[in-house]
Amino acid sequence: MMQLCGTDTIELEVNGEKRKVTVRAADTLLHTLREKLGLTGAKPGCENGDCGACTVLLDGWPIKSCLMLAAEAVGHSITTIEGLKNAPMQKAFFENWGFQCGFCTSGFIMTCHALATIHPGADDDTMADWLQSNICRCTSYEEIQNAVKQVLGKGDSSGVQGVVSMKEK
Amino acid sequence: MIPFDFDYYKPDTLLEAIDLFQDLSEQGKMPMYYGGGTEIISMARANSIYTGAVIDIKGIPECCEFGFSGSNLVIGSAITLTKIVESGLFPMLGITIGRIADHTIQGKITLGGNLAGTVIYRESVLPLLISESQVVIAGNYGTRQAPISELFDGRMRREPGELIVKLIIDSTYTNLPFFHRKTTKIDKIDYPLVTVVAMKKDDRILAGFSGLCDHPFRSIEMEDSLNEKGLTREVRIKNAMSHIPAPVQEDIHGSGNYRRFVLNNILMDVLKM
Amino acid sequence: MTAIGKDVPRKEALDKVTGAVKYNDDINEPGLLHVKMATSTCAHGIIKSIDVLSAWNVPGVRAVVTGDYLPVMTGSVIKDRPPIAINKVRYYGEPVAIVVADTEHEAQKAANSIKIEYSPLPMVKSPKEALVKGAPLVHEKLGEYKKAIDDVYPAAGTNVADHSKIRKGDMDKGWSECDVIVEGEYTMPKSDHIAMETRNVRVKIDPDGKVYVSSSTQCPHGIKDTLATVFSLNEGDIIVNAPLVGGAFGGKAPVNLEFIAYIASRAVGGRQVKLANTREEDIATSPTKIGLEAKVKLGATRDGILKALELKYFVDAGAYSDTAPRMAKTMASNGTGPYNVENVFCDALCLYTNNPYSTSFRGFGNMGHTFCMERTLDKLAVALNMSPFDLRLKNAISPGKGHTSATQVKITKSNTGDLAKCIYKINELIKLDDDLRVEVAKDKVIARGMSCIWKTSASNTDAISGAIIVFNKDGSLNLIVGVMEIGSGVKTGLAQILADKMNMEVDQIHVQMPVNTESSPKHWKTVASMSTVMAGRAVLSAADDAIRQIKDLGSIVLRVDPSQLEIGGGKVYMRSDPDNYVEFKDMVHGFKFRGGNSIGGQIIGKGTYIMENLTILDRETGKGRMGPAWTVGVQAVEVEYNTKDHTYKLVKAATVMDIGKIVNPKTAKGVVMGGMSMGLGLGSREGFLYGSNGGILNDSLRTYKVMRFGEQPDYMVEFIETPAEDGPYGARGLGEHGILGMPAALANALTRATGVELDQVPIDAELIWQLKTGGYV
Repeated sequence: MMQLCGTDTIELEVNGEKRKVTVRAADTLLHTLREKLGLTGAKPGCENGDCGACTVLLDGWPIKSCLMLAAEAVGHSITTIEGLKNAPMQKAFFENWGFQCGFCTSGFIMTCHALATIHPGADDDTMADWLQSNICRCTSYEEIQNAVKQVLGKGDSSGVQGVVSMKEK
Repeated sequence: MIPFDFDYYKPDTLLEAIDLFQDLSEQGKMPMYYGGGTEIISMARANSIYTGAVIDIKGIPECCEFGFSGSNLVIGSAITLTKIVESGLFPMLGITIGRIADHTIQGKITLGGNLAGTVIYRESVLPLLISESQVVIAGNYGTRQAPISELFDGRMRREPGELIVKLIIDSTYTNLPFFHRKTTKIDKIDYPLVTVVAMKKDDRILAGFSGLCDHPFRSIEMEDSLNEKGLTREVRIKNAMSHIPAPVQEDIHGSGNYRRFVLNNILMDVLKM
Repeated sequence: MTAIGKDVPRKEALDKVTGAVKYNDDINEPGLLHVKMATSTCAHGIIKSIDVLSAWNVPGVRAVVTGDYLPVMTGSVIKDRPPIAINKVRYYGEPVAIVVADTEHEAQKAANSIKIEYSPLPMVKSPKEALVKGAPLVHEKLGEYKKAIDDVYPAAGTNVADHSKIRKGDMDKGWSECDVIVEGEYTMPKSDHIAMETRNVRVKIDPDGKVYVSSSTQCPHGIKDTLATVFSLNEGDIIVNAPLVGGAFGGKAPVNLEFIAYIASRAVGGRQVKLANTREEDIATSPTKIGLEAKVKLGATRDGILKALELKYFVDAGAYSDTAPRMAKTMASNGTGPYNVENVFCDALCLYTNNPYSTSFRGFGNMGHTFCMERTLDKLAVALNMSPFDLRLKNAISPGKGHTSATQVKITKSNTGDLAKCIYKINELIKLDDDLRVEVAKDKVIARGMSCIWKTSASNTDAISGAIIVFNKDGSLNLIVGVMEIGSGVKTGLAQILADKMNMEVDQIHVQMPVNTESSPKHWKTVASMSTVMAGRAVLSAADDAIRQIKDLGSIVLRVDPSQLEIGGGKVYMRSDPDNYVEFKDMVHGFKFRGGNSIGGQIIGKGTYIMENLTILDRETGKGRMGPAWTVGVQAVEVEYNTKDHTYKLVKAATVMDIGKIVNPKTAKGVVMGGMSMGLGLGSREGFLYGSNGGILNDSLRTYKVMRFGEQPDYMVEFIETPAEDGPYGARGLGEHGILGMPAALANALTRATGVELDQVPIDAELIWQLKTGGYV
């Protein structure tokens, strides 16, 4: 049985690297990524699961890292925005002006990237369903929609490893 | 950021979890079973709950069962809403829980967590109530199984230390015609103003409601009214609405009268099933 | 080679899509202490006692501080606000005590444990209540407060923080000329900025007295000035660092958390402390958008010529005034909208209430007066039996016709642009001169509404900006300005302006993204949609300065008079023979002759800008010039309304705006669309709801709703370019404007769709249902 009492060291797999980190059992994954591992791409927009700025991937699926304990992530593969390298979704956000202040962008890109990977042929309803998990206060969302459609249209979802559709599992 | 400390345990067996709960309780740790944890984390951050220890049930095999077994669909309490939605195994449940919170959070919320939560909506219970599901619960005595209608009286009744292990649904219910509508104040991502889940079985409409009162419910009296053949739709709905079992909610999402107006409109469509 | 008018991607775009960009709270230093606040659970009351003993007992706590530790009064207009409450609380959520601790969770735990007792006082919850005779006073000592500016007129013994007046023309004559008079009453609730990055700040005080502030701010130089004044510090000892900002919308313009963080650092011997708002604190404790109640009376001749307008604005400032008096004044000055009205009478009262206090919010009050005027114009159109489109076109403010603004500023082509052109253009995007309400199916109605907009800045009359250009050895340029990059893409726009002026590629222009008050020239504030205009002018002036130096040096090397030289492509060359040139890389750090002897030194361009010809407004008549040029435009919304359940969908939204000159089309369009989105949010869902204790019920993003993906209509944005003679390349202010007319256009569309007068926002299905049925089932 895994247990973590008070403050203890755990091992997380982040962006393909095994990282040892000392956490409180009550520490969220978001806090751990940002404050302990220096991965500040995931943002604290509400710490209540409402805004999606903290979205990272857990075994390829988007999760809000503010609503997950670091301890829960042990044994899973975590991908943050820093783990994406030239993903088509990053390029599409760049080309479509899919952001202004950029604060929600990491979380948005992670959600969109996961969508393009898991459901490369997603229809408009599926796209809306997934993307409604994130809030952007600067753009009108049309720019983000254009970016996502650009990638979904191509069906090109390369860029991150280890993403498996849940249905295939 | 959670302003207090707690310990985290992830037992590998049901027995371990039950024993642990008892031990931690005796130590005064006020333990909590932990499924997706979304409600525990957000309420702990707001200092609205306290616990000295959480017991993560996602490593317990029985809580992670998912699939058809004989003539039943079995869904472990630690199965996430996303997994249920994506499986397509029980469309009425999938569509209902696909409207809880938002898509990303659905990947974290577990079925057991939603059922056991304190938020007043818990819409996952609606399809389970009208499909007359069975609940398997574990305690220091072992496990017991009971119809959800016996355990759920607005909340899932459990003794301290009891854990919801899994839900068992008669597979004949998983393919019946159904109706789902969640209405909100204005945003799609919001708590329900009124959610209605209904199903047609043997030419009878079965229906569950969330958001209408301070707890989700299925009302046999309301169903009887809705099914009273020979009366006009308007009268059937009027009769059904006279049997709402508790005061209609009045809050920032909507007034009581507006909820009644919305319910009336939804029931018109339910009766077209 | 011009970079103006091109879709140049933001200079910081790659950093933003890779997550590499650093916002203020992404920078963490070891040893940092954390500050958390204990905030008021009483909206109006005397603080009877504060028990901090239990807070001290939490391990890791280094200081517990209450308002009496360093009592100061703050406020950019009226000095009415202690950063930590003293004796009395005036809104639910007001900071009452703070804790400094080793970790964030220890600080929070300790803050949670502080017990505060209050003797509650009766609450003032709306402007109406604030004006009732004998109303409780939010500030008993209003008459004794110091003023930070001259032209504000708080009324002692009342809840009136300021009273702005407009008296233009002859009202009696005006009304006598009217054939039709309509009236309306309007309300807009207080609401929040909801920048995705919550406000946060770090402060440390070194033993030598240097104060280091790092903040998520729109106004780093304002923090420096203000901390120096409030705490009697030497301005030169204060160094403010401001990295990129994660959204601001006016909410990060005032100095707010910086006061508390400074006090906290003082309390722990100057150690570095961090104070970061939770989302709930960002909504309920930090300042918000003003609320508004208004009465409008508008008259016109039979053929639709506006003759008289009476405006009464009651602005809900909340517990403290901050910039609310300026917004009330802005409403008064611009309340006619972009229409010519000869006779205008306006009283704008800025009122204290026990709601959260306000600060600047995108639009700076202009959204409020637009809502009131544009709703009233639609009522007038109905009364006149005239199309709303024609009514607006007929009265559109224009140059050359003797038109003046409410503050009696003469309307010129340069200062106002071409509204009529905008109106004609939008009709091509959304048909407005046709049937505005069409039943398309059983239970389904399509309806359209429009609103004209205008806005100029309400900046200080002496607001300044500056720019410095230094060169790299490879001949590329570094541009340093005091403007903050808050998401508008302003720094890329400035790079485009500089690239054009230097006649070189924009990738040869590097822009310093963070601002540091020690090394960046002062820019008044990154507010008022004026950054491109102000800093753009400074950049052009710095470029002129650099070009002069380059030509002077070039003239020595090339042995011609400087007047015979041109620059371009990173070279200075002879106009008569472009093959005769010196490359920047060989001269910007001095030119070295073959023998090794050198001349010239490094080239540093400097440029400055100050607002010109602005005046404070006359107290009795409002006469005066508040801002430079207006940006005018028109917006329209198309909705699909369900007559059965009263829900509606946003189908289309359009904006046509005269922005003088388009510097970066895609960025300009994006900023306008973002504003439209926020405006539709305010029109349809945003607004505070209060509990009986005066606290905000929707103080999290769970319950405070903003537009989400999939709810957006199809957006259409077009621009007109009528140059402002004093703008860089003719550019006018652009930034906030997209928001201004959206609530009005939406309400006009929905009023038409539903048949009930929708004179308040947000408009949701329940409101429509209530107005249509009386709220009975």
